[in-house]
Amino acid sequence: MIPAPFTYRRAATVDEAVTLAARGGEDVKFLAGGHSLLPLMKLRLVVPPELVDIGGIGELSHISEADGHVRVGALATHDQVAGSALLRRELPLLAHAAGRVGDPQVRHRGTIGGSLAHADPAADLPAVALALGATLVTRGPSGTREIAAGDFFTGLFETVLEPGELLAEIRFPKAGPSGWSFQKFTKRGIDWAIVGVAVAGDRVALVNMGPTPLRARAVEDALASGAAPDEAAARAAEGTSAPEDLNGSRAYREHLARVLVGRALGEARSRR
Amino acid sequence: MSIVGTRVVRTEDPRLLTAGGSYVEDLRVPELAGAAWATFVRSPIAHARITGVDASAAARAPGVIAVLTAADMDDLGPPPPPPPGGGGEAPVPLGGPWAEPLLAADRVRFVGEPVAVVLTEGRYQGEDAAELVSVDYEPLPAVVGVEAALAGQTLLFPGTGSNVPITAGGQADDAIFDGCDVVVERTIVNQRVAPVPMEARAAAARWADGRLTAWLSTQAAQLGRFVMAGVLGLDPAAVRVITPDVGGGFGAKVGVDRDALVIAWAARRLGRPVRWAETRSENLVAMTHGRGQRQVIKIGGRKDGRILAYRLHVVQDAGAYPRMSGFLPFLTCMMASGPYDIAHVQTAYQVVVTNTTPTGAYRGAGRPEATAAIERAVDLFAAEIGLDPAEVRRTNLVPPDRFPYQTAGGARYDTGDYAAALDQVLSAAGYADLRAEQARRRERGDVVQLGIGLSSYVEITAADAAGGETARLVVHPDGTATVYTGSSAHGQGHHTAWAMLVQDELGIEMAKVTVVHGDTDLIPRGTGTYASRSLQIGGAAVHVAAADVREQARRVAADLLEASEADLELDAERGLWHVRGDPEAAMTWAQVASHASAEGLAASVNYTGGQPTFPFGTHLSVVEVDTQTGKVRVLRHVTVDDAGTIISPVLAEGQRHGGIAQGIAQALLEEVVYDGQGNPVTGTLADYAVITSAELPSFELLAKQTPTTANPLGAKGIGEAGTIGAVPAVQNAVIDALSHRGVRHIDMPLTPARVWAAINGTGVIL
Repeated sequence: MIPAPFTYRRAATVDEAVTLAARGGEDVKFLAGGHSLLPLMKLRLVVPPELVDIGGIGELSHISEADGHVRVGALATHDQVAGSALLRRELPLLAHAAGRVGDPQVRHRGTIGGSLAHADPAADLPAVALALGATLVTRGPSGTREIAAGDFFTGLFETVLEPGELLAEIRFPKAGPSGWSFQKFTKRGIDWAIVGVAVAGDRVALVNMGPTPLRARAVEDALASGAAPDEAAARAAEGTSAPEDLNGSRAYREHLARVLVGRALGEARSRR
Repeated sequence: MSIVGTRVVRTEDPRLLTAGGSYVEDLRVPELAGAAWATFVRSPIAHARITGVDASAAARAPGVIAVLTAADMDDLGPPPPPPPGGGGEAPVPLGGPWAEPLLAADRVRFVGEPVAVVLTEGRYQGEDAAELVSVDYEPLPAVVGVEAALAGQTLLFPGTGSNVPITAGGQADDAIFDGCDVVVERTIVNQRVAPVPMEARAAAARWADGRLTAWLSTQAAQLGRFVMAGVLGLDPAAVRVITPDVGGGFGAKVGVDRDALVIAWAARRLGRPVRWAETRSENLVAMTHGRGQRQVIKIGGRKDGRILAYRLHVVQDAGAYPRMSGFLPFLTCMMASGPYDIAHVQTAYQVVVTNTTPTGAYRGAGRPEATAAIERAVDLFAAEIGLDPAEVRRTNLVPPDRFPYQTAGGARYDTGDYAAALDQVLSAAGYADLRAEQARRRERGDVVQLGIGLSSYVEITAADAAGGETARLVVHPDGTATVYTGSSAHGQGHHTAWAMLVQDELGIEMAKVTVVHGDTDLIPRGTGTYASRSLQIGGAAVHVAAADVREQARRVAADLLEASEADLELDAERGLWHVRGDPEAAMTWAQVASHASAEGLAASVNYTGGQPTFPFGTHLSVVEVDTQTGKVRVLRHVTVDDAGTIISPVLAEGQRHGGIAQGIAQALLEEVVYDGQGNPVTGTLADYAVITSAELPSFELLAKQTPTTANPLGAKGIGEAGTIGAVPAVQNAVIDALSHRGVRHIDMPLTPARVWAAINGTGVIL
């Protein structure tokens, strides 16, 4: 429960963070809220030689509107996202889901950028970013990139981020008038989802049904071709590869995905 | 008006909630200046021979003072011999061929077993250096679960020829079920759980002039001193044990674990103080676990609801070393028939060793297992004959005119009105309305079904009442008082309760009463806090000491007021002595104490006059079960927990709250899980699911007091009742919600996956 030795550096600006990370080499980790990284380090499952603390970078915690988008700085905490009047109005799915992450301590320290970059398939916000069609804006040694959420997650805890590349901002198209729902199925209030579902309009994304957050394409296709919600929900497990653990078998998770997608589609419809 | 029974605020809280408590890890006393930090190297393998330990790399790491192993323990005597009669009923380790070493020497028997200890200048250095200690393990097949232990293919202690250190009870005789209309038999599991106190284990030790001072996070300082002295070969007088604030124990901190003994030994070896505070990861594998029983229950009776015969066979998973786990199934069998008057009761148990963390006492220690078994059995029986479970309970409860009631298991229930507790709960819960709502949901085929679960219980507290408890009360010349108690506060509120007892008896205000515990130099004799014994034994000791001081004071006051003792009266409202009929000429406690002899007003008591007591009650739990997902939500939890006379309702309710929460947690969430190789799967608090307030409703706690005659306070224990009553009430409620679909039993914890599997008849999916 005590991390292995590491070097700690603190960046005041994005440029400084990128410079420090480039100097530190491949295994440098950015530290934001620390609520995923530090527990892993304490268990010595992750042993980074160097941390670049970006928590003090003021320019990355904005939540603002521009050109039909909402821009959320990567360091906005879950609590800020959950409480933002702008997000509650324009992207209620995001605000609501952020309010269900972890517990109050986690929500006051953990950040949206940290959650996406950590790419835990059991986390809530990666699936929400998929459902909302987010664009992830990064800064790295070779400049700025804009990456669609659908292209961002590549595997278990893996993304397209290059070593030293920092997730700086997440851009969300305004959701428009279509309904939304977020279903998080847990044993306890503070747990990661056993299975989760995010619905935004005609997009459906799944939490913890594979090594990455997933779009439930079969459901979306069924809806597009006019299927009733229940009929579409029955296809929720297609194309998934859910994990097996203490909380349930793959078959149980597939069942939950069908039930929860059905409930989510019903709730989203009622919010149109 | 007496302060007893009034809602006094806890005197402990201002300090604990503001300046903060001081736990072993927080100590910054001069005696521990320059202490080395200890870090244990623990086995990552459940069962293996140790073929070599190479500490040379660790020894060269920064800050390392020493790396010690069993080979360095050449200054310790042999392990203790087995207790006479083979243990079994005694709450002690077995010793002999089953002895548990301080550090593993040639064999490890569970993941987490300490193999070496690294002593460093700084704490962080210890964890880095511990990774460098290279232990060669030659893996052996792991024995996981009671079936594997009984099969005996692999033995943990080859010299013993068996994995079953204790077998007790008679042969099963099915003749007791003759004449029954209906007989139901079932194997059920009372799963292994982790105590998870807020403060994990910690110890610090310092030697000076051949004398050991040990700071321990323990529930029993004097027992700690006794064990330390025995293991280290010292006169008990050469050991001082101090317990600073202790952040919970739940039974797992009774006595001293091997880890703390190693700390004391290492401090002597090093010639400098040593301190240790385990991490949460260590705590989850190296502190004793609780429960861990496989039970076979068989119940039979008539179709009118009368139960005629009950049999309970227990296999207790002791983990790798039989510590006090032989005692747990003994208590389970003693309390097997619960609050019911059953003509024929048979019990038997076996204790088996497995390659898992040793089990021991955990809130209830054997009694929750008994209650869970009989309360499941009664519901199975009621379901089989198609009668309401409340009705079947009422038919079979021991009637109030049968007390004291002698059970087949050897218990003598002191006082009780079990049916009254049941009816009080049914009435407050609105039982008929709940059943009507359940029927409506069933008829509509709702996705979310309603379940109502009952648990009527009786338990034994202060089972070792004869062991007594000490109190020393001193009234000082300034009118203040000090209580030295052998009982050991670790969250319960002893300081509040003891001060209330002094105020009640002497009229000295609580604010003027200081309570001291947990320092064996100040309090050499004492028993400690466990078995829900504190108030009824330790509190009674305070009460008796106060009565003694009162009579001493009467003599002094009589002298001063030039009156006969018989005419002296104590105004306990105002704390004044006066002559009967003349309240104006009164003397304060300060005046009386100032005129007492050089010793002042003081009394020392070792109260051994108490008897075990039998608290009882009924819990009713109302749950919703989502039949599409298996998720359970507890809507209401209504209880009567009759613990005799209540001194402090605030403290008693606090005990019920915590106990019920832990009970609901065992029913729904908590389980220590191992894989087939004996690797713990629930090694962090992300996987081991303790309950939080978000999962709990506000409890509906009903008041009922049936005093006991077993002690002068009329009090029974309340510390464990909540856990004992809550577990089967919740389990029965979930099964009740699904009974119309043919579900008769689901083993705990009733996680969504398990409940869903039961609904779908697919067996348990994990």
